Amino acid sequence: MRARSAWAGVRRLGWCMADKVLFEFLHTEMVAELWAPHPDPGPGGQKRSLSILESIGFRVGQALGERLPQETLGFREELDVLKFLCKDLWVAVFHKQMDSLRTNHQGTYVLQDNSFPLLVPMASGLQYVEEAPKFLAFTCGLLCGTLSTLGFQSLVTTSVTSLPACKFQVVIRKP
Amino acid sequence: MSRPAHRRPECHKINKDLLVLTYGALVAQLCEDHEKDEDVNKYLDKMGYGIGTRLVEDFLARSCVRRCHNYSEITHIIAEVAFKMYLGVTPSVTCNNSSKNAFSLILDKNPLSEFVEELPAGRSSLCYCNLLCGIIRGALEMVHLAADVTFLQDRLKGDRVTEIGITFLKQPKERKSQRRK
Repeated sequence: MRARSAWAGVRRLGWCMADKVLFEFLHTEMVAELWAPHPDPGPGGQKRSLSILESIGFRVGQALGERLPQETLGFREELDVLKFLCKDLWVAVFHKQMDSLRTNHQGTYVLQDNSFPLLVPMASGLQYVEEAPKFLAFTCGLLCGTLSTLGFQSLVTTSVTSLPACKFQVVIRKP
Repeated sequence: MSRPAHRRPECHKINKDLLVLTYGALVAQLCEDHEKDEDVNKYLDKMGYGIGTRLVEDFLARSCVRRCHNYSEITHIIAEVAFKMYLGVTPSVTCNNSSKNAFSLILDKNPLSEFVEELPAGRSSLCYCNLLCGIIRGALEMVHLAADVTFLQDRLKGDRVTEIGITFLKQPKERKSQRRK
């Protein structure tokens, strides 16, 4: 039996709408301000700055996860949870589903979005590929945070070869 | 240009919780990074300013507002069109002085602080939604209007409502007609 879409329940609870442009601009400003190069230049510097954005995304993902109807939290299978992220969470947050989900059935999942909404306004093609990870850090954290609420510890990384497509690699950490 | 013309997506709406939670997490992060409330307030204002300078373009493109002839009209547009479009609320507008260059936007419900019950301990001077002041200030500046925008009342500080004060800084040039006697 397929679980009822969790977000249908959220809508009935009174899901309110705001304009997506405001969130996009807020996100861009956060990247601009919080991804300042660390005063101590070195390979650790960039990682720390990315982590601030990821930790903000994590908090948001946790909170979004906590606002799910109770029956959603009864997921048992890992794959069900990842499918939930690809369909319900992505639709709730970005108004579209993830375009593909692949797995090696050993805890590693690759989620591909061919037209990631936070990259669409930036460029199309190879321009700004190097800048793209900054704009994905928050969403990595979001995925991690939602998974955490659903009971899964994970590591999420991204790769971008051509905007606005991107891949999120989710590795579920075994307890 | 290497990128195709921007096609506006059909759906302009997003889950408001995402915006509100993201904003809350941002304020929390800034509080961790800055000890003084004034620094957090300034940072939020600065970020808001950056957002406002760009948001105004989106607003003008999508709202098709007519040209305004005085500060009162401008303030009403901010309250009745812009706030409605971006946050889904409509603050009421009051005029604060006889020169008609100082106004207030009164919010019964502030969507950005929906999940905030009270300010954190030791943060009594924090203007939680100072981003909004920066946004309004930045947007007005892009249409060549200098203004001071601050919170005059804040529900999170125990006031009955949340009140944003907008004071337009330059009076339009008044030409006093001189009657020849």
